[in-house]
Amino acid sequence: MTDVAETGFAIHPMDQFIVKPIFREIEPGTCVPAEDIYEGCIKWYEITNVTVWMALAVLAIVALMVFGSAGRATIPSRIQSVCEMIYGFIYKMVEDVTGHDGVKYFPYVMTLFLFILFSNLLGLLPMSFTTTSHVAVTVTLALLVFLGVTILGLVKNGIGFLGMFWVSSAPLALRPVLAIIEVISYFVRPVSHSIRLAGNLMAGHAVMKVFAGFASMAVISPVAVGAVTAIYGLELLVAVVQAYVFTILTCVYLKDAVGGAHH
Amino acid sequence: MEAEVAQLALMGKYIGAGLAAIGLGGAGIGVGNIAGNFLAGALRNPSAAPSQTANLFVGIAFAEALGIFSFLIALLLMFAV
Amino acid sequence: MATEAHEAAAGAAAHGAGQSAGMPQLDTTTYINQIVWLLVALVVIYLVLRLVALPRIGGVLAERSSTITKDLAAAEELKQKAVAAEKAYNEALAKARDEAGKIVAKAKAEIQADLDAATAKADVEIGAKVAESEARIAEIRAGALDSVTEVAKDTAKEIIAALGGKADARSVTAAVNARLKG
Repeated sequence: MTDVAETGFAIHPMDQFIVKPIFREIEPGTCVPAEDIYEGCIKWYEITNVTVWMALAVLAIVALMVFGSAGRATIPSRIQSVCEMIYGFIYKMVEDVTGHDGVKYFPYVMTLFLFILFSNLLGLLPMSFTTTSHVAVTVTLALLVFLGVTILGLVKNGIGFLGMFWVSSAPLALRPVLAIIEVISYFVRPVSHSIRLAGNLMAGHAVMKVFAGFASMAVISPVAVGAVTAIYGLELLVAVVQAYVFTILTCVYLKDAVGGAHH
Repeated sequence: MEAEVAQLALMGKYIGAGLAAIGLGGAGIGVGNIAGNFLAGALRNPSAAPSQTANLFVGIAFAEALGIFSFLIALLLMFAV
Repeated sequence: MATEAHEAAAGAAAHGAGQSAGMPQLDTTTYINQIVWLLVALVVIYLVLRLVALPRIGGVLAERSSTITKDLAAAEELKQKAVAAEKAYNEALAKARDEAGKIVAKAKAEIQADLDAATAKADVEIGAKVAESEARIAEIRAGALDSVTEVAKDTAKEIIAALGGKADARSVTAAVNARLKG
């Protein structure tokens, strides 16, 4: 590689995010969108590393939530109590934040939480691929929430849903200005919602990779290895907290739709 | 001449990325502020603390998101421009 | 020069996705693939959770809470039963104690009666014996007195004879009697 020749050691912090097909190599020059060359590009049905790691996340979720709870024991085994803890945690969150009307969207919130949590945690395995570090994935997740909440709000509350932007507690003169700000902040929601998740994971994994790259230099390698260890611990925390934050923000947005137009 | 211009552009790119990364410091201050104030409040009234952890995390998430935006700008400058 | 090197490196980094340079996240050629598989994964997770896992876990939790309530009720009932049993036991104990007291009293009374009867009988017997003994003692004493009178009369007669007098039997007897009385 050119970088090796240039600087003596190579750090490619972004290489871990490359989407690759599993069963073939993309020939160089067969996928250059700038020149309208697409024949070597990844097809929508192709099995890529994204597919593999999402499938692993699904399998892990099924293993935990279905086989873990298969005992249906009144006195739960360890794995069953983990299931019940996650269930109770998310159920309580949905009930607390969205109120009683929001409980029927609990399975969807649970799906999001489990998918993000398991993708984040599986992404921390060495040599793995973090699906939630990709903007395409998180934007899709955030847009599903955004569109879902908007459509749900309009269907449930009709035009009254738009009253959310009209802050009736503010002085009349300020209301149009506030309405514009509210509308902007409403449409920025999916952006921040998705970029937060992808950015956190991307940043953490890239930083880990950079420090791991420093480990090839003998002088600073003990420091680098220690730093990677410390950051790994932090990333474990971030993985869980980001799943939690994504879920609780989903609940907060959901409250606007099911809780009526009051602000 | 052209190579020099390109190198100048490269320099600007890296300086810009570094400047964008400063924004993360602001996010750090913000997150620390939220967590510190939460702790101060929680120590004053520990019984009310558990009910407010959700708000704590939401606040931290909002503050952190802005830092992540600047980090994203830095990354875009480094790798995508 | 350096730019070329950088671009070559970036190109090498991005060759896997076949895109020219930059962050893999911005490689739009992979978006459709990721979104499709993401939606598949979400639908699978949703269906699994909705149809299998969540009803099961919810059922287990509900069952557990009902079991706990039931067990608590049962425990309460058992406690009440235990309290009742203790009460009954105490009652029985008190009753038994009462009875025992009565039996003891009765036995005591019977024994007392027997004892009294025996004492009375013994008293009677002793009285009879005492009376008999007294009668005999009186008899003996009377016998003894008679003998004393006889001996005194004889002695008096002899003494009179020895003194040379003539003893009149009647006057001797009278004198002895008077003397004995005195």
